[in-house]
Amino acid sequence: MSGDKAEPHNSWTRAEIAERLAADIPDGAYMNLGIGLPTLVSNYLPKDREIILHTENGMLGMGPEAHPGHIDPDLINAGKIPVTELPGASYFHHGDSFGMMRGGHLDVCVLGAFQVSQFGDLANWSTGAPDSIPAVGGAMDLAIGAKSVYVMMELASKGGSSKLVEACSYPLTGIRCVNRLYTDRAIFQLDADGATVLELVGATTVDELRTLTGLTLHDGTSRTERTLS
Amino acid sequence: MISKTRSSAAEALADIPDGATIMIGGFGLAGQPVQLIDALLEQGSTGLTIVSNNAGNGETGLAALLGAGRVKKIICSFPRQTDSQIFDALYRAGRIELELVPQGNLAERIRAAGAGIGAFFTPTGFGTALAEGKETRTIAGRDYVLEHPITADYALISAYRGDRLGNLTYRRTSRNFGPIMASAATVTVAQVDRIVPLGDLDPEAVVTPGIFVDSVVETGDRFEREEWADVR
Repeated sequence: MSGDKAEPHNSWTRAEIAERLAADIPDGAYMNLGIGLPTLVSNYLPKDREIILHTENGMLGMGPEAHPGHIDPDLINAGKIPVTELPGASYFHHGDSFGMMRGGHLDVCVLGAFQVSQFGDLANWSTGAPDSIPAVGGAMDLAIGAKSVYVMMELASKGGSSKLVEACSYPLTGIRCVNRLYTDRAIFQLDADGATVLELVGATTVDELRTLTGLTLHDGTSRTERTLS
Repeated sequence: MISKTRSSAAEALADIPDGATIMIGGFGLAGQPVQLIDALLEQGSTGLTIVSNNAGNGETGLAALLGAGRVKKIICSFPRQTDSQIFDALYRAGRIELELVPQGNLAERIRAAGAGIGAFFTPTGFGTALAEGKETRTIAGRDYVLEHPITADYALISAYRGDRLGNLTYRRTSRNFGPIMASAATVTVAQVDRIVPLGDLDPEAVVTPGIFVDSVVETGDRFEREEWADVR
C-alpha cells in the first residue's frame, strides 16, 4: 500500500496512522472500530490501558480475531469475521446495541472515509455511482453514535486529490459528525471553525497541506501559532 | 395446556400466504434461521416482502428464495456483499424493490413495532439521501428524522434453547435481530437447537419471553455441522 511513497519520512503507513490514533484512546474508553482500515487500531492499543471494544452486531468486550481451532460461527464482528470473547464480555440484541450507540454511551468511534469536509461532514457509504448496489449498514448510525468520532484515511486519493474537502461531493453519511481526522500527512481537528492542523507527519508543513487541500487550514501545531491564527 | 412446539419447520410455516411480510433474523450467518428459510422456500408462498439485515449470501437460504422470484421487496441495511450475486442481478434488472435503511434505524423501527410506538425521531441519517422526503424536527438543538415502525406477518428467527412456552435463549452474537423481530411480528417462529423441558431454562437467563413467540421448532445441534468443528 505504501510502496510508492516518494517521501517516506513525510508520510505514515496505514499501520502508523493506526498506531498514532491508538495512542490517543484513553484508559477506560468504550470504543467501536469501523469495518476495514479502522480495525488496524486494535493491533496498537496500549497494553497498560483497559479499552472495551464494541461491535454493533451485539457485543462489548470483543477480543482479537479468532484463528482456526477457536472459530465459533456464533461469534463474529460487524465485518462478519470470527472473533473472540474477553473476560467481562456481554451480548445484546441489535436494538440495545444501536441504542447504546445513538444514546451517546460509546466514547470513541473510528471510521474510514471517502471524503471528510472541513466542518466534519462525512461521506463513507456510497460513491454515488449510478450502477452501484447501495448498502449502508451501520455507517450512518456510527457517524452520529459516539462522543468522539475519529476518521482515519490517507489524505490524498489514489489520483492525488485531497479527501479532506471544502464540501463532500459524495453522498453524505452524516453532517458535522467527525471531530478528528488522522491521515498519513497530519492530524486535524474539525469543527464549526473548519479544519485545524494539530500535528504534522515528518517534515510536512501546513503550507504544503494548504496547497494539497486547497483549504484555509488553521495552524494548531503549537499554542503560539494557534493564538496567531 | 400451551404448547408452541411444532414437529417440523414445514408445519410451522404452512399458513404463510402470498404477499406476506416476513422478518428473517440473522447477521451474516450468525443467527440465520437456515432450516426455516429452507422450509419457506419449499412452502411456496410468493410476492413476499422480506425484512432482514442482508439480502442473502451465495446461492442458498435467502439468496435461493430471491433467486426463485418469490420476493417482490426487501427492506434491509446491507444488501451488497461479496457473495450477494443473486440480489445484485435482480436489483440491476429491476426485478426487486429495495428499501435501504441504516442498520440502527432498521433495528429501532422493528423494536418500535414490537413496543407499540407510533413513530420516533432519530438523529441517524439526518441530512442524507436516506432521509429524503421524511419529516424532520430540531429538538433541543439537535436534528432528527421521523421514522415509522416496521411490522410483519411473520418473523423467522434462530435461537439456542427454547421450551414449549416459547421462552428462548441465544448464543453469543447470534442473538442480533432475534428478540426485536420476535416482538414485532404477528406470528413468530423460532428454530432452536434443542427444546428443553419446562423449568430447564433459568428464568433470569431467558432473553425472549415466550409471549413473543408462537411456534418453536427443534432443528438439532448446529455443533454437529462441519463449520462447527472448532467448537465441538
